[in-house]
Amino acid sequence: MCLAIPGQIHSVSGDDPLTRLGKVSFGGIVKEINLAFVPEANVGDFVLVHVGFAISRIDEAEARRTFEYLKQAGEAEELQADDS
Amino acid sequence: MKYLDEFRDQAAIEACAKAIRAVVRQPWTIMEVCGGQTHSIVKHGLDRLLPESVTLVHGPGCPVCVTPVGIIDKALDLAARKDVIFCSFGDMLRVPGTRGDLFSVKAGGGDVRMVYSPMDALALAKRQPEKEIVFFAVGFETTAPANAMAAYQARQQNVRNFSLLVSHVLVPPAMEAILSAPKNRVQGFLAPGHVCAIVGYAEYEELARRFRVPIVVTGFEPVDILQGILLCLTQLEESRSVVENQYTRFVRRDGNETALRLLREVFTVVPRKWRGVGEISASGLALSDAFADFDAEKRFGLSPNSADESTECISGEILQGLKKPPDCPAFGSRCTPDQPLGATMVSSEGACAAYFRYRRFQQQRADA
Amino acid sequence: MTTPDVPFGSCPLPHSNASSIMLGHGGGGTLTQSLIETVFLPAFANSALSARHDSAVLEVNGQRLAFTTDSYVVRPLFFPGGDIGKLAVTGTINDLAMAGARPLYLSAGFIIEEGFAKSDLAKIVASMQAAATEAGVQIVTGDTKVVDKGKGDGVFINTAGIGVIETPLTIAPGSARAGDAIILSGDIGRHGIAIMAVREGLEFESTIESDCASLHAPVAALLRAGVDVHCLRDLTRGGLASALNEIAQAAAVGVEITEREIPVDTQVRGACEILGLDPLYVANEGRFVAFVAAGDAERAVKILRGEPVSFDARMIGQTVTGTAQVVLRTAIGGNRVVDMLSGEQLPRIC
Repeated sequence: MCLAIPGQIHSVSGDDPLTRLGKVSFGGIVKEINLAFVPEANVGDFVLVHVGFAISRIDEAEARRTFEYLKQAGEAEELQADDS
Repeated sequence: MKYLDEFRDQAAIEACAKAIRAVVRQPWTIMEVCGGQTHSIVKHGLDRLLPESVTLVHGPGCPVCVTPVGIIDKALDLAARKDVIFCSFGDMLRVPGTRGDLFSVKAGGGDVRMVYSPMDALALAKRQPEKEIVFFAVGFETTAPANAMAAYQARQQNVRNFSLLVSHVLVPPAMEAILSAPKNRVQGFLAPGHVCAIVGYAEYEELARRFRVPIVVTGFEPVDILQGILLCLTQLEESRSVVENQYTRFVRRDGNETALRLLREVFTVVPRKWRGVGEISASGLALSDAFADFDAEKRFGLSPNSADESTECISGEILQGLKKPPDCPAFGSRCTPDQPLGATMVSSEGACAAYFRYRRFQQQRADA
Repeated sequence: MTTPDVPFGSCPLPHSNASSIMLGHGGGGTLTQSLIETVFLPAFANSALSARHDSAVLEVNGQRLAFTTDSYVVRPLFFPGGDIGKLAVTGTINDLAMAGARPLYLSAGFIIEEGFAKSDLAKIVASMQAAATEAGVQIVTGDTKVVDKGKGDGVFINTAGIGVIETPLTIAPGSARAGDAIILSGDIGRHGIAIMAVREGLEFESTIESDCASLHAPVAALLRAGVDVHCLRDLTRGGLASALNEIAQAAAVGVEITEREIPVDTQVRGACEILGLDPLYVANEGRFVAFVAAGDAERAVKILRGEPVSFDARMIGQTVTGTAQVVLRTAIGGNRVVDMLSGEQLPRIC
């Protein structure tokens, strides 16, 4: 159900939105991926890829926010530990 | 790899684990729905970072596990035909039907091919017009749009020798069945993040409200899962029961509009049998009338009735979270990944296989 | 363990490996092992065979020899970084090297399908000669058969190899013992991924080449330096996980390895991520593990790093007393058992 991995779009081809393809890089290996479900995605964007299709484009701000939250949680823990 | 490595960061994992320990005051039982989440939890040993009072139950989020024996038998039937090239994801090749699996059909001369994407099967159909190409379209809502696209393009490009054997299942009805079961112990859910990337999570709000359970849309990396657990436990401790989104970098409430539009056109909601659980209404997808030509069952005249489920294997109870693999008397002895009795042991995502591979170490340590 | 409520009846499924061979039997995992244990070993029973090492170690007139055989059925025949010919030569040389032998002579038998292009055959043979010359061995005898079109898949190559053991050490799985250091000669997964990149249904673009290579030089370097080598095993199909499991079982020791120490190239990793593969089980053709006395570990790593094919050698773990299984300490600090697979590892979507 759920093996989907983020990759970066290196190039895009095709005019028909349904058959728009992109060369997506995953740690350096490149696979041609169908971009029909991410019409807003372009070269440079990171997309989530499942069975040869991009199913979502990353929201970079949210990715950062998730991480910030964790860092803060970690720091809060340390502060608490210092206080006790 | 960007957007992957950060969510496997050790410091972040420890911070989450700490925060979880700080928030928990009483015992709770949480279910992670998706097989991919189970895999991650067991592979990284995440549940051992949790306090004793938190129980994680593995849900029915593995299409391999829940695909009924009847459909596997149909797949075996089609794959054995001389004029058919049967294409499938790797996951399905070892799932046992009544008379063997797709690998044994291959050994018997059937043309069975593994593909990464349904589009590979469509491409094959175009290259080999003299054969009938059948694609085994299984999966949850994550995979359905890809399969829908294959059917859509087949019709658009008039590819006559291509069809799908469909056995799609939907998550919310499964969760509802679990929550409605009299013996249900699950108090909170980690909803499958990639399914929600497609369908969004508005649908889960009604479930959360009706059954008063927190549901957290969760990703798959260690940090995601721990954070999802943290959010779920926080709600439980505060007696809240709403839908929250942990996987905000990829999931929006309304899901993926383009994918949903295609799904609505190509598929229609139907009742489906779940292996080990039985029929759940409105829990599956089948090809819509407009795409009936691409339905392999119709094309090859397969009988709509399918084999009765055997009740010996307790996969069903494991899938519903009522039992854990070690509760099964055959686990690890008569039923192993080499000789699986049911799909939860065949599938590398199946709760039993995951347990077998990763848990025996703990068991041995505990027994010693 | 609690007793379940539902009664457990007899198995409703006839098991599929009952009467015929399946592809999984060639995967290098437990199915292969069981085939060897139940069909071949009982029929051919002798002590050299039961040592279960890559090569048989024989003694003739006081001189120890290593003798091995292999068959090559790889598809596609030509892949990034090599071809079936190069593989046939390096693979055979490696089996000999893993017994601590200096490889000397090879045989090569060809089973060729009617219609196979002569130019392809010429390329393959040229590869074999190049690999042999590089390793200082000679292909001294061979055989050719042609089978009907449709019965052969291009070409199959069978080899045998003979080498001379010039070290007093007994390098074999049975010599590995608790407390040994485990050294890996380089990064894992290249061969399997290189093949997959060109396999129908799984294609992708990458610069990954097979790591297909002869390993006689690093082994000879270790032996020349007098390193206390207990066991050597080259990684092939089934990957690092299978090799370690086999040694653990043969030596009846536990194996503990650390994920952080196991190098995996970024592209190999990327391919594994999207296909859902675990690099530990992906095939290699130019890597080996060495079980050496703990005190010699640092020296051994240094020596290996001085050889081109093992420039990235690392110490990845150690053997311990206890259950004969492989335990991995994960990058995030957890532990998990790394089991032997039954058949080959399959890409997954779930």
